[in-house]
Amino acid sequence: MASALLASSTTQGSPNFDRVVFVDVSKHFGRHRALAHVSLECGTGEVLGFLGGNGAGKSTLLALAATMLEPSGGHIRYGGRSAREQGSSLRGNIGLLGHEVQLYPELTARENLEFFAELYGLDQVGDRSSEALRHAGLSSRGDDLIGGFSRGMRQRVALERTLLHQPRLLLLDEPFTGLDEGASSALVERLEALKRDGRIIFLTTHDFEIAELVLDRAMLLRAGRLLPFSQTGESLRARYLDAMRSELKPGSAE
Amino acid sequence: MMQRMFPPLIVLAMIFFVCAPVFIAWAPYESTMGLVQKIFYFHLPSWAAMFVAAIVCGIASVVFLFKGRVIADRIAVASAELAVVFGLIGLVSGPLWARKAWGVWWQWDARLTMALVLWMIFVAYLLLREYGGPGSEKLAAGVALFGMANVPFVYWSVNVWRTVHPTTNVVPTLVPGMRGALWWSLIGFLLLYALAMMARVRLEEQRATLERVYRELDD
Amino acid sequence: MKRFFAVAFLIMRKDLRVETRSLELFLTTLFFAVSSVLVFAFGFVRNGRPVENAVAGILWIAIAFAGTLALGRTFERERYHDVLRSLLLAPVDRPAIYVGKLLGILTLLAAVEVVVVPLIALLFQAPLFRHPVLLFLLLLLGTLGFTAVGTLFGAMLVRARSRDVLLPVLLYPITIPVIIAGVRGTAVLLQPEMDLAIVRAWIGMLAFFDVVFITLSLWTFEPVMTE
Repeated sequence: MASALLASSTTQGSPNFDRVVFVDVSKHFGRHRALAHVSLECGTGEVLGFLGGNGAGKSTLLALAATMLEPSGGHIRYGGRSAREQGSSLRGNIGLLGHEVQLYPELTARENLEFFAELYGLDQVGDRSSEALRHAGLSSRGDDLIGGFSRGMRQRVALERTLLHQPRLLLLDEPFTGLDEGASSALVERLEALKRDGRIIFLTTHDFEIAELVLDRAMLLRAGRLLPFSQTGESLRARYLDAMRSELKPGSAE
Repeated sequence: MMQRMFPPLIVLAMIFFVCAPVFIAWAPYESTMGLVQKIFYFHLPSWAAMFVAAIVCGIASVVFLFKGRVIADRIAVASAELAVVFGLIGLVSGPLWARKAWGVWWQWDARLTMALVLWMIFVAYLLLREYGGPGSEKLAAGVALFGMANVPFVYWSVNVWRTVHPTTNVVPTLVPGMRGALWWSLIGFLLLYALAMMARVRLEEQRATLERVYRELDD
Repeated sequence: MKRFFAVAFLIMRKDLRVETRSLELFLTTLFFAVSSVLVFAFGFVRNGRPVENAVAGILWIAIAFAGTLALGRTFERERYHDVLRSLLLAPVDRPAIYVGKLLGILTLLAAVEVVVVPLIALLFQAPLFRHPVLLFLLLLLGTLGFTAVGTLFGAMLVRARSRDVLLPVLLYPITIPVIIAGVRGTAVLLQPEMDLAIVRAWIGMLAFFDVVFITLSLWTFEPVMTE
């Protein structure tokens, strides 16, 4: 049944793309510059990670990739075409799991999932939401209100909500926060499966250990800019510390 | 182009304003109201300038909202500020005149109410831009658009409700002597509007440049 | 086109379902409307009778105040869990979101009016229901006009600072024609010899207002909601 659901695609006429490209993208809000001259590329089957402290611009970057924000400078291309060209159907191929859980606390888990399934124009809404609950390990809690869920449980439902319409581009803002060991490894496995399935995945995280397992490449953001960050070498944490050191003391790096 | 036009225009405007009192004094007295009536030479041009400012703001807002041209936003905010200023002059001069001429400070007729509501909409526009935080430029443009669309409705509804404003046909029934002074004042005020617009738009451009430099500071 | 309305109704149903779980908005808005009516009653009563034409004014001001409260709270809820963003993320026509929210808030206000209007008729012994169809049309078209502009502004202000005070500041000047039409129309209805032509004129203006402003809102919703 799962494969049957996977096979049927329902967002009408959604054009698919192979690469997401940022070309010199900047974003500012009044005087505050959230992102400055960021260029990057990511293709199918890749997990691109974004590291950086609070306020570094990671969430802004994801929001831009999700077409929730328009760049103040530069442009973003999905398979060579801009968001404006592709219109609202492009959003059917993008899934964003933000900081905020974005679920209705007054509705049950199942009701939330069914609402979003219908919103995305998916068929077999009931089956899909049951499937999603199963993935989240919350089949028994499907008829409980989200308001009564713990942060971790809400996170799991929110993740499933993001994956309901099988988006090509998956944007996850700190998806491991609030997950326990078991849920974390389940998510890692899920990401591996999605990677094999050919999705493009952007991910932000603070957790280096998990990041090591999951990321193909990593980028470091600080005050809206991408810092030079080596893709090879020792652990992620070591490379991160290296990069931050050379940033804070330019010219004294060995 | 704007830069080079500025000095000669200032000179021209100064000439208008310096000569205006002379022409106004020369203009014949109105039979019933006497000297007070001469406020009219400030009152009407102020409202005229406000309406021009309002229309310019409305159009600029539509362009900004649907085309995203930044210059349109600058023109819109400059015009909105001037609409509030000229409207205020009109709102103060009107009651001063009305009190002496007809014995009441204010009347709820179509024209006055429409003008007041329009003025308030531009005050609201400025409040939104000032206190709405970043990104409020687009929101304000939406408000300006709605405000302009609103005006005919206000006029119509207050009209059906009451009709009192007595001087509907002021200009045609003016004694020829008055007409000259009126046109002179009108042009003077419109010149003032144009000059203030130029200065304000330029100021806005400079502010935007400053913000951009500020942002790029740690590059 | 079909999908447009499907999405709008989906959002409306969701909003109503959320509301019926707690009834928070309905009860607080209703109570607020009733309190406003009482406050006005004390303000406008002379010798135990309301000042002439005060009833129409009281009715529509109560609607305006209650409407502003309901609008503010609805969008505050959306903001709290950032769920409005999740709607904007979906591959739907953005204006459909506007229509969905509009219908939801309109239904809420209609429910409040169902209680408040008879209450006013009772408290002030005003023959509001002498011409029920005309009254219904006035209330429907007036509330719709107010809500149409209010929904757009409420959505617009979700990300803005000072949004609580800015909503009424922006909304009231723009909805003045609605209030005038509502109050004058209702006042005429209350007169012993009702002038049908005038009431029709007001109803006509309200309908025209609604068409113009809903259209404007549909056009501007997308540009105004993209950052």
